[in-house]
Amino acid sequence: MDFFSPVIAGFGVVFQPENLFYCLLGVTLGMLVGVLPGLGPAATIAILLPVTYNIEPTAAIIMLAGIFYGAQYGGTITSVLLRLPGEASSVVTAIDGHEMARQGRAGSALGIAAIGSFIGGTVAVLALTFVAPLVAGFALDFGPAEYTALALLGILLVSTLGTGSTTKSILMATIGLLLAAIGQDPLAGTSRLTFGSDQLLDGIDFVIVAMGLFGVGEILYSLESLRGKSAPAPSVGSVYPSRKDISESKGAITRGSLVGFVLGILPGGGATMSSMVAYAVEKKAAKHPEKFGKGAIQGVAGPETANNAAATSSFIPLLTLGIPANATMAIMFGALLLQGITPGPLLVQEKPDLFWGVVNSMYIGNVLLLAMSLPLIGIFVRILRIRAAILAPLTILITMIGVYTVRMNVFDMYLMVGLGIVGYLMKKVGFEPGPLVLAFVLGSLLESSFRRSMRLFDGQLTGFFGQPIAATLLVAILLIITVPPLTRLLRTSRRKAEA
Amino acid sequence: MTVIVGYLPNKLGRAALQQAIAEAVLRGAPLKVLNVSRPGAYVDASTADAQELGRLIAELSPGGLVHEFEQVAEDDVAEAVLAAAEAAAASLIVIGLRRRSPVGKLIMGSSAQRILLEADCPVLAVKEPQA
Repeated sequence: MDFFSPVIAGFGVVFQPENLFYCLLGVTLGMLVGVLPGLGPAATIAILLPVTYNIEPTAAIIMLAGIFYGAQYGGTITSVLLRLPGEASSVVTAIDGHEMARQGRAGSALGIAAIGSFIGGTVAVLALTFVAPLVAGFALDFGPAEYTALALLGILLVSTLGTGSTTKSILMATIGLLLAAIGQDPLAGTSRLTFGSDQLLDGIDFVIVAMGLFGVGEILYSLESLRGKSAPAPSVGSVYPSRKDISESKGAITRGSLVGFVLGILPGGGATMSSMVAYAVEKKAAKHPEKFGKGAIQGVAGPETANNAAATSSFIPLLTLGIPANATMAIMFGALLLQGITPGPLLVQEKPDLFWGVVNSMYIGNVLLLAMSLPLIGIFVRILRIRAAILAPLTILITMIGVYTVRMNVFDMYLMVGLGIVGYLMKKVGFEPGPLVLAFVLGSLLESSFRRSMRLFDGQLTGFFGQPIAATLLVAILLIITVPPLTRLLRTSRRKAEA
Repeated sequence: MTVIVGYLPNKLGRAALQQAIAEAVLRGAPLKVLNVSRPGAYVDASTADAQELGRLIAELSPGGLVHEFEQVAEDDVAEAVLAAAEAAAASLIVIGLRRRSPVGKLIMGSSAQRILLEADCPVLAVKEPQA
């Protein structure tokens, strides 16, 4: 019973009225931003970071987590009704979901997506409950060498596995590392890259980078898409799927849970990639693959289940290793640091209240989402009628106030506006801010653990290969860097030989 | 020689459309259905669904009718209707007219009033049928 007593105590934490309230607030906010195509969970969590200062750590993280997985429910609604994905992770849902809506089966699509999301989320929390302590226990022996390798691997995987061009992502990650280096050297105390400015001596606060690149950048970018015609108000109809719908999607939901859980743990995986993989899996597994794209319910059930499972399981590397697996988790990492909590293998033991409180809140959150999402879809769709002229200035204002409260420093506000414009331009030319923010967060971990291990190894790089785990990870890194270009080279040379 | 109707997907718009179809049939003129909605939101109640409109026109004109449909995203509804009327050299503009209190008119301004005053051709203002 040693294992279960803290787990059950965690439920005690969740059921405190305050935490329940923040859980409800989080999932509701998550659904709202999920519905709004311009505002993703990463941006919302970034904008709300300063708000969490005055909340208890456990409640704050419960709320932010709720936003993340709640958004996976909300994103479906616009995908299905308007073919306008609310989130990147719902892009594939739009293919068959919207087709179903055109055939008058919008209700079935939305209903099955909610049920699938609930099952995927709950399965992933269950798995998380058992896997996380194991991983954390394993990681307890990690020293600086292992963390150096892990941080490097994390940055690399996010850049290579993520959506979009690898070259662009690696460039972004490099800029992120450079930004992280601004300020005082952590060991020697000399100033780096400050260009003589006193303001930059403390380094750039993570909140400012996240709020600027994600918050302001995304809001500016979404204004662009709002210049065109508006869509007619959609009608939803009944949202309860028939028995036939459910029996048809059983397999898809099972496979989606598995795909989502596994891909969520991988760095760079996360909700978006898992939904795409789940769609491909469903297409392969289907008896009638020709139905896909013409309103196949499996094409909705699979990806929607997977993105929720992935959203949940991506908490595992963050909470047990202290390595964020995707951009949203990077911001969550920042939120934990702001609360004075360093996520890592010690978290389960040192802060069981927080750890199990957050994990168990996800059970409750998923139940709340299932209960809310079906009856309230009509209300959530109304959010889409809010004009950008009202929404955008309001969000920017909240962001500006938020940034000011971090350090009561006007310079930070300029910096954030500047980063916001940079973030907007980046999105416009196809550079994702994700790898940058992730590298920025992992930068300080990478630097401090690298320099500590160099001290341990007397300045010899070969020392890394004396540590079995670190060596394995480094070999994995080498393989990731070298194998894809080599296979490409082989393929082209073979093609040349054939020609 | 076109009849232009400013259409919105509601009761008033339907009444205006019905009247416009009657006029177009009477005059033997083609009908142009104009749907103006304000840009700036993802979903807008004043945006018409093209499929639904097609069904409505078919239902209201059993004899068949030459018609076209245009959707415009424009903040200034009156301007959009007037510009379309001029471009099509319209012989008649049909609009729906809401009943409004004097205060409401003072605050909101009136697109209908601008169309009535500024149009070069006759304007037919249709009121919402009372149930």
